Amino acid sequence: MTAIPAEPAAAPATEQPEPSGPWWKRSAHWLAEGNVAVVTFLAVVCGLVFGAILIIVTTTSTLHAWGHLGSNPKHAFGASLTTVGHAYGDLFTGSIFSPSDLTHALRTGHGWVTLFTPLSETLVSATPLILAGTGVALGFSTGVFNIGGQGQYIAGALCATYVGFGVHAPLAIHMPLVILAGAAGGAVAGFIPGFLKARTGAHEVIVTIMLNYIFLDLLSYLLTTRPLQQPGQSNSISQTIPSSATLPHLFGSNLRVNAGLIVALLVAAGASWFMRRSTLGFTFRVIGSNPTAGRTAGMDSRRATILVLTISGALVGLAGMSTLAGTDFFLSTNYGGSTGFNAITVALLGRNKPSGVVLGSLLFAALDTGGRYMQAATGIPIDLTTVIQAVIVFMVATPALIREIFRLRDAGAGKILLFTKGWAG
Amino acid sequence: MTAGTEESTVSTVAIPAAPEGRLVSIARLRGMGVFLIAIGLIGIFGMGLGAKHGVKAVFLLASQPATNVSPITMPVRPWCIVMSILCALVGVYLAARTPRRGGYLIFGVGVIIFMWAFLVWAARGGELSFVQLLAGTLVSATPLVYGALSGVMCERSGVVNIAIEGQFLAGAFLAAMIDSASHHLWLGVLAGAASGALFGAILAFLSLRYGADQIIVGVVIVAFCTGLTNYLTEQVLTPDQATLNSPSTFSPIAIPLLSKIPVIGPVLFNQNIFVYGAAILLVVVHVALFYTKWGLRVRSVGEHPQAAATVGIHVLNVRYRNVILGGVIAGLGGASFTIGSIGEFSSDMTAGLGYVALAAMIFGRWRPFGALSAALLFGFAVSLQSFLAVLNVGIPSPILSMAPYVITIAVVSGLVGRVRPPAADGVPYVVG
Repeated sequence: MTAIPAEPAAAPATEQPEPSGPWWKRSAHWLAEGNVAVVTFLAVVCGLVFGAILIIVTTTSTLHAWGHLGSNPKHAFGASLTTVGHAYGDLFTGSIFSPSDLTHALRTGHGWVTLFTPLSETLVSATPLILAGTGVALGFSTGVFNIGGQGQYIAGALCATYVGFGVHAPLAIHMPLVILAGAAGGAVAGFIPGFLKARTGAHEVIVTIMLNYIFLDLLSYLLTTRPLQQPGQSNSISQTIPSSATLPHLFGSNLRVNAGLIVALLVAAGASWFMRRSTLGFTFRVIGSNPTAGRTAGMDSRRATILVLTISGALVGLAGMSTLAGTDFFLSTNYGGSTGFNAITVALLGRNKPSGVVLGSLLFAALDTGGRYMQAATGIPIDLTTVIQAVIVFMVATPALIREIFRLRDAGAGKILLFTKGWAG
Repeated sequence: MTAGTEESTVSTVAIPAAPEGRLVSIARLRGMGVFLIAIGLIGIFGMGLGAKHGVKAVFLLASQPATNVSPITMPVRPWCIVMSILCALVGVYLAARTPRRGGYLIFGVGVIIFMWAFLVWAARGGELSFVQLLAGTLVSATPLVYGALSGVMCERSGVVNIAIEGQFLAGAFLAAMIDSASHHLWLGVLAGAASGALFGAILAFLSLRYGADQIIVGVVIVAFCTGLTNYLTEQVLTPDQATLNSPSTFSPIAIPLLSKIPVIGPVLFNQNIFVYGAAILLVVVHVALFYTKWGLRVRSVGEHPQAAATVGIHVLNVRYRNVILGGVIAGLGGASFTIGSIGEFSSDMTAGLGYVALAAMIFGRWRPFGALSAALLFGFAVSLQSFLAVLNVGIPSPILSMAPYVITIAVVSGLVGRVRPPAADGVPYVVG
């Protein structure tokens, strides 16, 4: 059973003549065409609007103000605007920069570190997302749905930790070893579902999800045993890795942004080259878009399944390594949280292209970092950002809906955007 | 158990997984047989001969409201050895004779015999409440049955529903909140069903009207529901715990007479309304899907929508209806987490069981009763794991809690292998 995406039967892109005229007319046309950038931007707008509504209907003070809509309509809108404004202002301040810090730094020449801290934190959060998102995107392009990011992330971080405290070497040797260990751990965790799918036909969606729980349990078990557990600790906390195993800071010790970002960008660039230029990447893409054609051309789809899940796992494992060796330095239970799942949404947001994944990661990282600040400052739970992110991906996954809401012309002529292949692929 | 054969891969293109009359390939039967022999040997040497002389295990069979039954006492060593030998013999039969029919059944018998030996071994020197173990199995299996039935409803009509986890969360949340605020249990049930239906409708709307990728929409619905319920729990429920998150729960209903039957009575006939509901739904969905005109239409839409459309079936309407109905079922399953169990809603309380339900559906090959067997298997693993943790068998609890997931992987790769979903499952239908 090879589910070939149903192409709409009769929908040749109606070629529209290039508009002529002054630049503003041309750019208005370009905007109204509803291309990828515009759709993504509008998706973000939808996400923020939804988040704003959610804040208004769940905050007691604004609800109270809306209760008196009849007697004091101005107050209802004013209170809502203030609440949402504060929340989103904090979202911005916490993730990009604070205008007051900027004026302070410009006026006094000091406080640059404070000014750049939010940006640095956003880059720190983006690093694992870029790595894991690229990994998941590779899988999607090959028609394989790697939903096991959580497990691979833990596997990568675990191996990196073992090499981190188990090996004693100078930074120039130790750090690359830690990076390799992270990739190797994730690769093993990705190989298992790949192998099982190729050999027995077990669907990767089920196997990877089950592996998530298995690795979570494995981690909490190992954290209570020697040699991983911190000596003299009864808590489930691992040993701390020495400084020779850590990813060095890029801009001084006060900003947490580290060499993990460089690794992530290199990986994204490498993945982009790999998928577009290498023979294996071409094989992956063919099998992803039409497995039957791939088989006819003599491509080994089982081998491709194993390889792509292993590589995908390795990249997610690198993500686990990047947070461990970059910012955390020790493991605890439930390490990584939802990064493995966020990687899926980021891959979708980036439309499976490494460059898109980088941009999507930056956006989601900014929302997360700002969300933490918002929670501390206004008490609005950070889970709001998860909701906003979900709405964004809803919209990105259904460009037709965005076009309908905003009355955009259809550039892709009813093209259906399919990432996955159902169960049979 | 690596039993993937060329035969089964090639035939995935066409119809059944093996030649007519043979549901399970020979290699897979041999693999299952060898597996039974292997665990039988482990049982003989590890558990039977490993146990000390004279140690006994006690299985308690009594439980309210059944008539009293005296416990069975079993000496560990002879029981383990005899049962393990029986298990190995079943394995030998399976591997040597490779019966044309009933392969899974025979394998299941072998596993049950082994499980008996294992339980005797685990309870050595102590007591095990057999009735509670089985009742726990049923309770753990119930949400999975709802989830899997939801999946069956959606996927038989050709829409992949990976959002079950999200519908669980939404159902659990809203059922708890409405029940708590209104003091009406049935209003809570209704709210759970409605929230499941809402997300079913969103899945249907985005994937049917706009042709969005169904798996993606499903994953995002899960993310959305997780974020939303977490947010609302912290922002709305927690500040007002007493009125908004203290729901009452359904208590068990003992069915007259039947609940008095020893062992079976308290396990099957002294449960709450959600367990009975799951049993009824199971039968209803099965009959409706395979023995009514409606079911034939649904299945034809899931297998070949173009053909269904030519005979005048409105493909999209059938899909809308089924996905929303599936949402209702998943929402009910979600409600069982709160008002059918502990009452209070807590963040991420469904703990990935929606995905396990999906696995149960696939294991059951998109059939209600197949899914039930998977749900019971998983439920048993969960129930057993909590009993083993209490019995203190010397296995660390995180390793024990892996067991249900490891078993699922083993089952999916070893027993099920390449499955054949409804042919049009996950493929958008374009009217034209």
